[in-house]
Amino acid sequence: MLRIEGLQVRLGDREILKGVDLEIHEGEVHILFGPNGSGKTSLLMTLMGYPQYRVTAGKIMFKGIDITHMPVHERARLGMGMSYQRPPTIHGLKTRDMISICAGNGEQDVEALASQVNMADFLNRDLNAGFSGGEIKRSELLQLMAQNPDLLLFDEPESGVDMENIALIGNTIASLLERSSTGLNDTCRKRSHPGRRKMGLIITHTGYILNYVPADRGQVLFDGVIACRGNPQEIFQTISRSGYKECIECMM
Amino acid sequence: MHDVDEKARKAQEAKEKKAAYGRDIDLDTFCVEGECLEPLPGLDQLSQEERSIMLKAGVDATEQDRSGSYIQKDTSAIYATSLMDGLEVLPIKDALKLDWINEYYWKLADVGQDKYTSRAYTDLHNGYVIRSLPGARVTFPVQACLYLHQDALSQNVHNIIIASEDSELHVITGCVSGSHVVKGLHVGVSEFFVKKNAKLSFTMIHHWAEGMLVRPRSVGVVEEGGLFLNNYVCMKPVKSLQMYPTTRLIGKGAVARFYSLLVGHPGSELDVGGRILLNAPETRAEIIARAISNGGTIISRGHLAGDIPGIKAHLECRGLILNGGDILAIPELHGKAEGVDMSHEAAVGKINQDEILYLMSRGLSEDEATATIVRGFMSVDIPGLPPDLKNQIDAAVAQTNQEVM
Repeated sequence: MLRIEGLQVRLGDREILKGVDLEIHEGEVHILFGPNGSGKTSLLMTLMGYPQYRVTAGKIMFKGIDITHMPVHERARLGMGMSYQRPPTIHGLKTRDMISICAGNGEQDVEALASQVNMADFLNRDLNAGFSGGEIKRSELLQLMAQNPDLLLFDEPESGVDMENIALIGNTIASLLERSSTGLNDTCRKRSHPGRRKMGLIITHTGYILNYVPADRGQVLFDGVIACRGNPQEIFQTISRSGYKECIECMM
Repeated sequence: MHDVDEKARKAQEAKEKKAAYGRDIDLDTFCVEGECLEPLPGLDQLSQEERSIMLKAGVDATEQDRSGSYIQKDTSAIYATSLMDGLEVLPIKDALKLDWINEYYWKLADVGQDKYTSRAYTDLHNGYVIRSLPGARVTFPVQACLYLHQDALSQNVHNIIIASEDSELHVITGCVSGSHVVKGLHVGVSEFFVKKNAKLSFTMIHHWAEGMLVRPRSVGVVEEGGLFLNNYVCMKPVKSLQMYPTTRLIGKGAVARFYSLLVGHPGSELDVGGRILLNAPETRAEIIARAISNGGTIISRGHLAGDIPGIKAHLECRGLILNGGDILAIPELHGKAEGVDMSHEAAVGKINQDEILYLMSRGLSEDEATATIVRGFMSVDIPGLPPDLKNQIDAAVAQTNQEVM
């Protein structure tokens, strides 16, 4: 389980998160909504442990361990993984080698994993070098498939992805989170993943991802605090209809 | 005879002439007399220590997957052999007894350039001549080792490499010094001739002692349809290295590509340039340099000049400063006609923290992430190299990487 208590974070001299409380239980998937600049990406980067996001108060507990000040790689080894919106290009590092790194250099059929997300042709290319928006997303998913973390953080996994690939991305995320994709009824879902443990926190603007990944809860981050919580579909509909203002006023 | 007199006069005039770049070296502090060594019947006669030193610079005493070998120890050529039809490998002192060598010897390099070229002319020890005959496909590399064993020696070599018409030739040269060598000077003149539709790859790996001074002087020419790949790897400490290999593309469609991988250690001064002159239609040139300063000083020069519309040239220099030190990148483009297409990119900086954190978020420690990025930085895809040779270069880079990083 992930538990965030009263988290306050500064980036440079700006206070970005002003007391965030959030709990994700085993097997739960949460959607993180919020307007641009509300602190969504900052929250994910803080969870992953990026040092420029300085925690000034509060704490982060993961699997019962206080990870508030744990270095990035220890969090990864503890079972956290992230799909980035704009990951850096690493020249000279083949995508294939990055997948092995993600797998902890354990046994993984890299080719087979890659073909699941149509990335087989990219394995011998430098990581993210000249990748299109959609290719970056698929590369991120491929890395997470190899890494197989318990808590998965997705920063706008569907942005820049064409309609044709949305289903592929959506279904892959569903499978990473041990959620069967749409088309199955609830009974089937439970049967296919009886002991579901994977946790997810997904940032989305478009909401497309909701068509593929059944989510348990929605959270709206506004001005550095969680301004409302509820059913993700309902929140998304409110936001789509009347923007964030109404959503927040109604909940407050 | 006139020619010989002319060269002797130039050498005499340039005896004290300082080089355009690099610190000045007092040649008198080095000895030019070396012990005269007998040729070896086979490379199995090399000592275990010598074999392992040479291997670090890509020279394999088993000669497996090699087309030929040349080994020079100090001032003596101790081994020269060709294992293939259509390939000649011989010490230059032997070649100088043959008529045809006069078409090549000092035809590109200038005796009067500086005190080092002068020294290579007046006190020539030896060097190699490697020639692929017309149409020959020498796909396995020829290996050459210039090995400095005697302390405080000035080793003066002159090499000539000729890829004849329609031939293919790959040469890997390892320059190494023995473990007990404290100081030494290596002066190496090299002349490259890539004839019509020939393909030559030349890979030089330097693996010197910390106190070595090194002054290579290389000039090449590429004829119509020819391809010249020139790779240079220097990742071990060296006191002072200065070179500025220059190649002229004189035939239609000729291509030259220079790649260099440099690591500058504390106390090391590397001044490494590359110059390609595009003097014929449809010629192409590329200079790519990767430099890591680990506390040393690196000057990375690049110069491309083109005077024919439609030529294409690109220069790329990336520098990484890891533990202090400094890197000066000097990219120069000289377009002398309308319609030339020339570009450069140069970047000097530190490792991007975002890249380190990205790798850490996939489970690598900070040190592992840094090493991975540095390895990637130094891994350059060189199009046109046979896979086997590429593997050997990668292995040499990986080995030095491991030793020095």
